[in-house]
Amino acid sequence: MAYSDKVLDHYENPRNVGTFDKDDPDIGTGMVGAPACGDVMKLQIKVSEHGVIEDAKFKTYGCGSAIASSSLVTEWLKGKTLTQALEIKNTEIAEELALPPVKVHCSVLAEDAIKAAITDYRTKHVPAGESRDANPEPRAAAL
Amino acid sequence: MDPAPGKNHFELFGFPVKFDIDTDELAARYRELQRRVHPDKFASGSDQERRLSLQMTALVNEGFQTLKDPVRRGRYLLNLRGVDLDGETDTAMDPAFLMEQMELREELEGVRESDNPPKRLADLANRIERRMQDKIDEFRRAFADDVPEGTGKARNAVREMQFLEKMRREIDNLEEELI
Repeated sequence: MAYSDKVLDHYENPRNVGTFDKDDPDIGTGMVGAPACGDVMKLQIKVSEHGVIEDAKFKTYGCGSAIASSSLVTEWLKGKTLTQALEIKNTEIAEELALPPVKVHCSVLAEDAIKAAITDYRTKHVPAGESRDANPEPRAAAL
Repeated sequence: MDPAPGKNHFELFGFPVKFDIDTDELAARYRELQRRVHPDKFASGSDQERRLSLQMTALVNEGFQTLKDPVRRGRYLLNLRGVDLDGETDTAMDPAFLMEQMELREELEGVRESDNPPKRLADLANRIERRMQDKIDEFRRAFADDVPEGTGKARNAVREMQFLEKMRREIDNLEEELI
């Protein structure tokens, strides 16, 4: 299958690969997986006291599209507030990377990883001015 | 065991719809069914007979491939219970399980640079097989409880097995590279 230039670029030069200490209170960790293909994705965000994402890292075991999707979102996340980060949609990721329909689930994985990371961060501490009700992602904790 | 269209795989092979299956008996029935529907037997038959023979041969093959493999059998059983695992986009899984999968893959990544790659790879393969057996047992127990919670647990077990299968494939690939 032919990958787009953007996918190849992220695949060959992935941005922000790495790991933060998951027990650090400023870090939110999102772990997601795609049972259909066995891909595993870990996305971590480092959040400032003002609720802005200062840094993001990922580690993905999966196909080129999954790696590119997670690499891309680490770039997009930096500088965003948590609320802005939650607005990132898988369709934007798929569009940016020109993912074919069979690979759209990789962008879903990346979107879900963002939500899981934010959920994890928020369960560590409820920031002033943001209530838990603003948390739109109860799913990661449900299973 | 009467080969006819419209039967599920278990019915086609004359087995009760449950997870445990005698794989020797399955293989024997497969050969018998293959023989009975084989297109060569209908070479001089009517168009309809020949078409049916081809159709049944495909069904018998598909059924055998599905029933002999525990993961595919599990998926199929859930499917019969109305749980569709094809094309699902649910990415929420037990975080501890995913973390373990991440660590297993990191370990696989390190095999090549280790001092004894074949041994490290064999150790890893053994652990994956044990985990797979755990999940198979988990599925069997959960699926036997014909209640929503049981079905949900069985679904989780199959979803997790698919990650272990991926590990298996990657271990096989590396094994071939190491030879």
